[in-house]
Amino acid sequence: MDDGKLDALGQTIVSALPGAATGHTVAFNQLTVDVEASKIVEVVKYLRDDPNCRFVNFTDVTAVDYPEREKRFDVVYHLMSPTLNTRIRLKAQADETTQVPSLIDVFPGADWFEREAYDLYGVFFVGHPDMRRILTDYGFEGHPLRKDFPLTGFVEVRYDDQEKRVVYEPVRLNQEFRKFDFLSPWEGADYPLPGDEKAGPKV
Amino acid sequence: MNEQPENLRNFTINFGPQHPAAHGVLRLVLELDGEIVARVDPHIGLLHRGTEKLIEQKTYLQAIPYFDRLDYVAPMNQEHAFCLAAEKLLGIEVPRRGQLIRVLYCEIGRILSHLLNVTTQAMDVGALTPPLWGFEEREKLMVFYERASGSRMHAAFFRVGGVHQDLPPKLIDDIEAWCDPFLKVVDDLDRLLTANRIFKQRNVDIGVVPLKEAWEWGFSGVMVRGSGAAWDLRKSQPYECYAEMEFDIPIGKNGDCYDRYLIRMEEMRQSVRIMKQCIQKLKAADGQGPVAVADNKVFPPRRGEMKRSMEALIHHFKLYTEGVHVPAGEVYAAVEAPKGEFGVYLVSDGSNKPYKCKIRAPGFAHLQAMDHICKGHLLADVSAILGSLDIVFGEVDR
Repeated sequence: MDDGKLDALGQTIVSALPGAATGHTVAFNQLTVDVEASKIVEVVKYLRDDPNCRFVNFTDVTAVDYPEREKRFDVVYHLMSPTLNTRIRLKAQADETTQVPSLIDVFPGADWFEREAYDLYGVFFVGHPDMRRILTDYGFEGHPLRKDFPLTGFVEVRYDDQEKRVVYEPVRLNQEFRKFDFLSPWEGADYPLPGDEKAGPKV
Repeated sequence: MNEQPENLRNFTINFGPQHPAAHGVLRLVLELDGEIVARVDPHIGLLHRGTEKLIEQKTYLQAIPYFDRLDYVAPMNQEHAFCLAAEKLLGIEVPRRGQLIRVLYCEIGRILSHLLNVTTQAMDVGALTPPLWGFEEREKLMVFYERASGSRMHAAFFRVGGVHQDLPPKLIDDIEAWCDPFLKVVDDLDRLLTANRIFKQRNVDIGVVPLKEAWEWGFSGVMVRGSGAAWDLRKSQPYECYAEMEFDIPIGKNGDCYDRYLIRMEEMRQSVRIMKQCIQKLKAADGQGPVAVADNKVFPPRRGEMKRSMEALIHHFKLYTEGVHVPAGEVYAAVEAPKGEFGVYLVSDGSNKPYKCKIRAPGFAHLQAMDHICKGHLLADVSAILGSLDIVFGEVDR
């Protein structure tokens, strides 16, 4: 589909769902529709059942974390329509406490994808019958893909020969984590460069 | 069920995490009613390495090797999705020779994956010869990987903007010489399995998935083609130079394990057909030229240039330390990987590192339907169904 047709499709969807779909954009030949998190089920049902859409193939659910925003998460859904041969991306904003309705009654395939989004980001889906963690360890705490979660994590495991079992301990780094930063000082870096803080005002 | 006496109860067993038919580290908690499966609860994540978190900390070039380690039986197909996503954001197109090499190696990856799947599925249901015959061919293909990239499996050969290096002419000849004898091996496997009574008893009418369910469970690739949809991203949403290739898409009628096996066998033959076309085009006059974009802000200069040109040296240094800056935006790029639709949802904030890189693995969507597909089957069918879903834990657990 070319951009014009995608734009027309986006307009049709937004006008058919007042209050639920709030706007649409077309970029890189891909259609994105902004939706209200609380109305997501209504939107997806329309997209699946409307004869002009037929987005019957469930592709993906994920989240993107923007910690500086008031509603920090974008919950992102991807659907595909084999009839139109096109994809659609739905974006809803949510924070840690927003209750996002689960899609599991519309698309059973949303099951694990929502569990994953909960596990890795802490997005809260309601109506999901089995909201357990999925990828992380049994008894894991925290949501690792959030931007404020450190890359090294908080606990490490090892086999303890005395206790004859695997033990959990706080992470101990023998060397400080080295975060290489190669942004050009004259292009990318928007912070004081290492070493600059030592230079006082010239006298 | 309600008439069961008090002292009868369903039996719960653990299948895996260490089990030869679990295809890696899968732990299935099976609830059995006699020998009938009442409930399947797959526990995954035992191979979770935090790939997406790590990619957010690395430059675009450093992210590529992580993709080899997802579905490690067809590494280059994964790299392909990531490169396509980054290229879409950058707005660049790979030169024709680069595209041909990519398609050639993607098809090699497809054969690698299908060979592994078909033969180990046969092993899961009791045949030992097919893996021995199939792995011999996989070994030859991995040598082709090694001769192109220096590595048998974790190639890191596809780069943003093209492929790392051109193929030597002798390698192209050797791949061409491999094609026809391989078709004979496929025929041999065919003779071993397709009409085999035991293989059919274990696979026909097992794990039937109707097309409607396949779509809404998020299936893709062989799993929807087995259920009767003529859907292949290489045909329906062609990327690279797949549009100019001639090949057929096999589809199934019944959506059972046997149909999926037949489709994989036919896809291997079609892949060889595509490979032969790629080789013809690579040898033709219009198939010559660069294998990557000429823009040295995206793709590093050749080593020969670096010895002579100061500017090339600077470009090389900046690309291998700072990396390429990708314009802000978000994009979803998908390829038809051997196991289904492998997608990368890439969000860039304009810096040299991806802001977010979601990997949409086909195996993840297929495995979550285990409970749905296995319910009511016998315990022995679980391993046949698992085999035909084509699961590799590198991509499921990420």
